Amino acid sequence: MTITSFGDQSQKVVGFDQAAAHGRCMQYRRRILDISQQVSALHAAGAFSALEMVDCIYHCLMRRNSDGISPDTFLMSKGHSCMAQYVILEDMGVLSRNDLDLYCKPGGRLGCHPDYGVPGIEASTGSLGHGMGLAVGMAYTDKSRGDDRRIFLVTSDGELQEGSTWETMMMAANLGVDNLLGFLDHNGSQSFGHTRETHPKFYPIREKVEAFGWECVDVNGHDASAVYHAVMNRKGGRPFMLIGNTVKGRGVSFMENKPIWHYRSPNREEYIQAITELKEVIS
Amino acid sequence: MRNKFADVIYEIGQKDDRIYAIVADISPAGSMVKFREEFPNRFVNCGVAEQAMIGIAAGMALRGMRPFCYTIATFSLYRPFEMIRVDLCYQNLPVTVIGMGAGVIYSTLGGTHHTMEDVAVASAIPNMTVLAPCDPEEMRQATSWCATESTGPVYMRLGKAGEPDLTAEASDPFQVGKIRYLKKGNDIAILSYGITVAMAFDIAKQLEARGKSVSIISCHTIKPLDQEGVRQILAGHGRVAVVEEHVPHGGLGSRVKEIAWDMGAHCRLDCFSLKDQFIHFYGDYNELLNEHGLSVPAICARLSE
Repeated sequence: MTITSFGDQSQKVVGFDQAAAHGRCMQYRRRILDISQQVSALHAAGAFSALEMVDCIYHCLMRRNSDGISPDTFLMSKGHSCMAQYVILEDMGVLSRNDLDLYCKPGGRLGCHPDYGVPGIEASTGSLGHGMGLAVGMAYTDKSRGDDRRIFLVTSDGELQEGSTWETMMMAANLGVDNLLGFLDHNGSQSFGHTRETHPKFYPIREKVEAFGWECVDVNGHDASAVYHAVMNRKGGRPFMLIGNTVKGRGVSFMENKPIWHYRSPNREEYIQAITELKEVIS
Repeated sequence: MRNKFADVIYEIGQKDDRIYAIVADISPAGSMVKFREEFPNRFVNCGVAEQAMIGIAAGMALRGMRPFCYTIATFSLYRPFEMIRVDLCYQNLPVTVIGMGAGVIYSTLGGTHHTMEDVAVASAIPNMTVLAPCDPEEMRQATSWCATESTGPVYMRLGKAGEPDLTAEASDPFQVGKIRYLKKGNDIAILSYGITVAMAFDIAKQLEARGKSVSIISCHTIKPLDQEGVRQILAGHGRVAVVEEHVPHGGLGSRVKEIAWDMGAHCRLDCFSLKDQFIHFYGDYNELLNEHGLSVPAICARLSE
């Protein structure tokens, strides 16, 4: 694993290691599936589509001070994918195993959407269309005060249907917050089916984002290397959006692109099949 | 009141660099220009985008700032309601949302610009404090509290301009969470907030001419309401009136009735409010209030029965 200097020499960003990222993401999928057996619902499919991007942000893009604390902020704007965030925070020691064991249970502090005040959770999200405004407010405050902090925002194609997202994206460009980096989990799937069929004029996305004054790139969101290098090679000077083209339910064949897996947990039989598939991929 | 608000924000902003002003293409005149020119980084105009105004202010508060959001009351509270509920109230962030020109003060602009149910809407949300100062001095003290002492979100209902000074001779000091006697009497107590406190003074004058002794109480903090203070008013007067420029439900009148019922109050209680109606009437402010039944003669007539 390489260490690359990134801006301030006291802050390091860990370079990219494809094999390590792949191994982590498969372990995280396994952990999410394990937790799915404790509850009836946990939004596994949306967590799986965003996982490589979330992993890349936490492990490779957020800078770390010498004490391990990051000056940067992670916001899971598509709050229903917070399982991807929870398992990574557990792996990093920010959340405990007990926290995840008590997911959605009395006495626990983790629910189906991230709650501000829980360690590692910087804002409450879950209602779509809120994260971008929060991110712009944070990014602008940091810039206006000369604080070198970056905001990594994971959003979704669903969120891009909220007018509030576009209002705040327009303001992001007006305010010149080039410390804001968005990651669009474009899995193209929502409750009523495939977005290309239900809302064809939602496309093209990239041109719309660029028209709002953002730098925007389009990559395979499951190709962690492509995600990492697209961010590192960004031009800068404007807010940045990476469109990660993803597959909802990625990693478990029967979950991929099936709307039913937006919410429900696999039963025992399905669970065994799912982890068998993951084991094969990991090995 | 809005010009005085700008003066106060400018003064506080000079001392505290956590004060940010975020507006949605509507800004108070006067000192807000000075604020913008002297602290350009702390003044953000979101344009006609109220959801952005609240969301961005919440992000600022998450970074430790103390933002004030400002526009006309209908647009500052109703349009971005869910941002206020989730971003500000659920996260309990110290952001003050100013609702300027609340009530039906924009009489001829029609129902789109009338804010008749804001107290009910704002009060319904957990963690929200609801303030409605009655004159420029109360507004100054309320704004100062929002800037320095509040620990969560505040909705502050303001009038427009030209409110008279009503509190210079107040019996009690201003304190958030405490009702305040502006004038003490024995027979009739009038509870009000915001710009209708001025109407309460006109009502009192007429009742006093008929030999009554009248108390006027500013209920500038509608949430959390000073329940003990209201109980004392209800116990200490034979007749109590609530006057508010708000629909009959969910405002001060409803709250006072709850308290009166719970304590088994013996006084007579009359509540005067706007009607629960969108009235398509074009005239000046007082003429529209009159259409709603809020007029000094009508209220005095009832209170003289």
